[in-house]
Amino acid sequence: MTGLVIVAIIVLLAIILVQLGRLSEVSAVIRGEENVAARQNNRTAIFMLVFLVVFLVYCIASAWMYKDRMLGYGPHSAASAHGGELDSIFNITLFFTGIVFVITHIALFWFSYKYKEDKNRVAYFFPHSLKLEIYWTVIPAIVMAFLVIRGLITWNNVMADVDPEEDYIEIEATGYQFGWDIRYPGADGKLGTKNYKLIKPGINSLGQDWNDEKNHDDFMIGDNIVLPVGKKVRVRITAKDVLHNFYLPHFRVKMDAIPGLPTHFQFTPVKTTEEYRQQLKGYPEWEMPADPEDPEGPKRWETFDFELACAELCGIGHWSMRKRVTIVSEEEYNDWFAQQQSYYMNSIRNTDEDPFKGQLLSIEAANRSRELKSEWQSAMDAESLSTIRLKNVFFDNNAATLKDDSKYELDEIARLLRANTNVKVEFGGHTDSNGDENYNMDLSERRATAVVNYLSAKGVNTSSMSSKGYGELNPVEDNATEEGRAANRRTELKIISK
Amino acid sequence: MGHHEVDPNDSVAVMIEETGYDDHFHDHHHGDKYQSSFIGHYIFSMDHKIIARQFLITGIFWAIIGAAMSIVFRLQLGFPEADLTWLRPFLGKWIVVNDGIGTLSQEFYYALVTMHGTILVFFVLTAGLSGTFSNLLIPLQLGARDMASPFLNMLSYWFFFLAGAVMFYSLFLSTGPFSGGWTGYPPLSALPQASSGSGTGMTLWLLSLTLFVVSVLLGGINYITTVLNLRTKGMSMWRMPLPIWAFFVTAVLGLLSFPVLASGFFMLIFDRSLGTSFFLNEIFIEGQALDRVGGSPVLYQHLFWFLGHPEVYIIILPAMGIVSEVLSVHARKPIFGYTAMVLSILAIGFLSFIVWAHHMFMSGVNPWLSNFFVVFTLIIAVPSAVKVFNWITTLYGGNIRFNSAMLFSIGFVSMFISGGLTGIFLGNSAIDIQMHDTYFVVAHFHIVMGIAAFFGMFSGVYHWFPKMFGRFMNETLGRIHFWGTLIGAYAIFWPMHYLGMAGVPRRYYSFEAFDAFKHFGPMNQFITIAAIIVFGLQLLFVINFFYSIFKGRRMKTKNPWGANTLEWTTPIDAGHGNWPGKIPVVHRWAYDYGKDGKEFIPQVQPMEEGEVAGDHH
Ligand code: HEM
Ligand SMILES: [Cu+2]
Ligand SMILES: [Cu+2]
Repeated sequence: MTGLVIVAIIVLLAIILVQLGRLSEVSAVIRGEENVAARQNNRTAIFMLVFLVVFLVYCIASAWMYKDRMLGYGPHSAASAHGGELDSIFNITLFFTGIVFVITHIALFWFSYKYKEDKNRVAYFFPHSLKLEIYWTVIPAIVMAFLVIRGLITWNNVMADVDPEEDYIEIEATGYQFGWDIRYPGADGKLGTKNYKLIKPGINSLGQDWNDEKNHDDFMIGDNIVLPVGKKVRVRITAKDVLHNFYLPHFRVKMDAIPGLPTHFQFTPVKTTEEYRQQLKGYPEWEMPADPEDPEGPKRWETFDFELACAELCGIGHWSMRKRVTIVSEEEYNDWFAQQQSYYMNSIRNTDEDPFKGQLLSIEAANRSRELKSEWQSAMDAESLSTIRLKNVFFDNNAATLKDDSKYELDEIARLLRANTNVKVEFGGHTDSNGDENYNMDLSERRATAVVNYLSAKGVNTSSMSSKGYGELNPVEDNATEEGRAANRRTELKIISK
Repeated sequence: MGHHEVDPNDSVAVMIEETGYDDHFHDHHHGDKYQSSFIGHYIFSMDHKIIARQFLITGIFWAIIGAAMSIVFRLQLGFPEADLTWLRPFLGKWIVVNDGIGTLSQEFYYALVTMHGTILVFFVLTAGLSGTFSNLLIPLQLGARDMASPFLNMLSYWFFFLAGAVMFYSLFLSTGPFSGGWTGYPPLSALPQASSGSGTGMTLWLLSLTLFVVSVLLGGINYITTVLNLRTKGMSMWRMPLPIWAFFVTAVLGLLSFPVLASGFFMLIFDRSLGTSFFLNEIFIEGQALDRVGGSPVLYQHLFWFLGHPEVYIIILPAMGIVSEVLSVHARKPIFGYTAMVLSILAIGFLSFIVWAHHMFMSGVNPWLSNFFVVFTLIIAVPSAVKVFNWITTLYGGNIRFNSAMLFSIGFVSMFISGGLTGIFLGNSAIDIQMHDTYFVVAHFHIVMGIAAFFGMFSGVYHWFPKMFGRFMNETLGRIHFWGTLIGAYAIFWPMHYLGMAGVPRRYYSFEAFDAFKHFGPMNQFITIAAIIVFGLQLLFVINFFYSIFKGRRMKTKNPWGANTLEWTTPIDAGHGNWPGKIPVVHRWAYDYGKDGKEFIPQVQPMEEGEVAGDHH
């Protein structure tokens, strides 16, 4: 119904205007066309002047109105090291083009007004002037040259890739319909290799190649990208399906994400999120409540966050590819970083996806050796005599032959015992409850002996070690489950004296 | 027919009869021989004047559709909460009704944005503008009977018509028309699973634009041949009116760049249907890793923009030519710096081929390469600036008649300045890092290309309407149209600069997802309201246009504007062949206005004894 009314009003309006137009033509004929035309012409000339003034005021007033909301102005100084430089080139360009804009518009509309038709005058025959034309070719050329040089120096600095010697963090952003996967390299600082054919939604969303050890400590984050202030970040940018664009407005960062063709952008955050919030504080629009429904709630500046957006049309959800970016101090970053869990270790390790299933990874060996050292240290510091479980000592099935993987841990034990000759230890073998009890007792006995033999071959004094088989007598877990039985099959190191 | 009568009071006709050139046109084939029936005359016409009208009216049709689309998506941006159920009769399932509130669907939002861009750029501002005025003016202003090949000319229109028919059909597909942006970047455009519009919609988009390329090439070959070969006696290249120079260079640009676009389209068609991988590499989509490797999506962008940038000049050069002519005629002054104007058209034409990658600074091309494109891009600003200064100086000391044609030409200059200056920001790659794909770019190209080209077109329509239809358009409505559109266009696009500077990206269905983008509600409402008003004013123009065709004030003299060019020497209702007897011979350039105390001296007027040519001062 409203639609009908609107259409009716529009039709009516059109009819009125058309009639008005016809009327003006008819009345012009009556009053003498010449006269009417001359009056009309003078009136239009005045409109020209009025428009000029109103237009220039509109330009300036609207800019004033939005001055605190545009990035680079008011509270919005750039949050990255290179951003300020880009903003200043923008402003220099604005300065020159602003001058040209005002002068040409004044000339255009002033001349229009001034040289309105006058029947008593013949126009000034002025077909060309070489001098003028040289001026206005050469002057713009000089200004352009200046802008180009400034611009290109900055451009080449900003776009230059990191120097491998430099201290920087590399992260990876992968766009997809419609979101981003953000991957951090973990402690080794290196992102592992990927292959799009390995992608399995929900399991391996990036197609990381788990054979590459660099992948083993990589981690992915949820909706918040955390980065330290003052440290260069190189973002490796890719996409899975169609083009996307990694866009951080506050950092003046923008680069297309292309399937199969990684790009990159590097920048240094110079303000923490908290510092930026402080900058915003006090500006009226930022003092508004963040949630209009809740006037007593936090202010807009208190909830401000840097944001990651997509800036290349990628389909219907293009407008919704948001993540937060939080810039923190170096210490906070390190704390945060230490809490992140490797995706591989958490979700892939020893599943069917894991090419190293059942094998010890060198990273695990290294971790275990660190852990073992601290367990040893606490055993030494303890009042009582404690027991250390040897987590990575394994034997072939039903045999007392040490697996190769066991050697990392035993080598570490050998080092510790050689360095602490005053300590006496006992190696105890344990089995699960499967099979005959006596057989198990014997097996555990043989396995403990195998450990002692290995260690003595590694130069540990035999007089400081003993071995004992406990069979299935001391389970630590329930023998009814496979996990429980695996935990019960173990070798323990007991400190006897120190 | 035989001999025709010359009115002894019509001094120009007498002059043509005395000094003109007799090509025996009317002796051996009667001009109207092959178009005596209605169908031959108005539908499958080979007369360039009829074809021009066909291009114009088809262009107007598409302009209304394209503009109406923009109103629908502006409603979404300005009033996302508004109930659009009333649009259901037009848009059907694309208006999703939830709890009684009708909302524009995301799919169709993107389809509308894409169609709006494609239609306006290709169908309206390329075919509607250059097709109309090249056809109308090239033979008339050069003193030719028709185009070099009237048949190819007719084909050019009908290929355009077919292209339009295919695109129109695609609007009604159940999966929707193409929705991946007017630039059609793969992989989005190559993979039907990436977007519903990338299925049949994209197939038809490609088919339509391929037909369109054929149309442009047929037209272009014709325009070039006509300009080079069919100029009348005395019409040296350096005496051609500026619109002709502009149409000529436009046609050359089209001929050199559209085939490159077509090659990109063909590769895309192959990628879509033959399983090739020109533009595809390592794609995982919809749970599947595609076996397509080795291609590069960036290659498509090179091919597209190798056309795309010349294309924007294909759009603006004809408008520049029209404006140069109209400013000069209605200021009653020669265009200032004719030679510089021609040289700058040539320079712009040449440079427009080596700046394309300024659309790709952030596309992952080697940043080192961008250095060259920045330099060339900012060089192109110099001839553009020269043109602006020359237009303004043309007004200086003039005797200006503010009719609708002149007003739109002055408006054109203002728009070209405002939009051209923002090009200088974007052409500097360091600034483009932040501005690329934001509303700043939307503001830039709508002002410099969209609005400016429309103003050139309006100016041309108001100026040559009497030549096309023998009547005048209504001036009062024309003035309302002008002032409303000038103010409205700045109201729409000027604030978009601020949006862009605040970082707001273009092509967003909604700004609600981002804290940084969602606080511009009032501005977006203002823009939408202004857009609706401006749309209404364009309908007023359309009403004025069709009303005036039938009921407008009649043209009583052949040369109502007191113009020098040859089109105003033809009879008011010129038939096929344009001049009833001999064709006029040209003795001077087109811009002797106000020379030696005379208000204007037509090109057919022989030089007086001892007279110094106007272009050799
Ligand atoms: C003064 C000279 C000009 C310069 C230096 C210039 C520069 C640029 C640049 C660098 C871009 C890319 C912006 C981006 O996507 O980040 C651009 C976009 C554009 N320019 Fe210009 N421009 C100029 C004049 C023009 C003219 C005269 C037209 C048309 C008549 C035009 C039409 C366009 C269009 C249509 C786009 C956007 C295309 C798209 O992304 O959809 N420009 N311009
Ligand atoms: Cu996107
Ligand atoms: Cu361009």
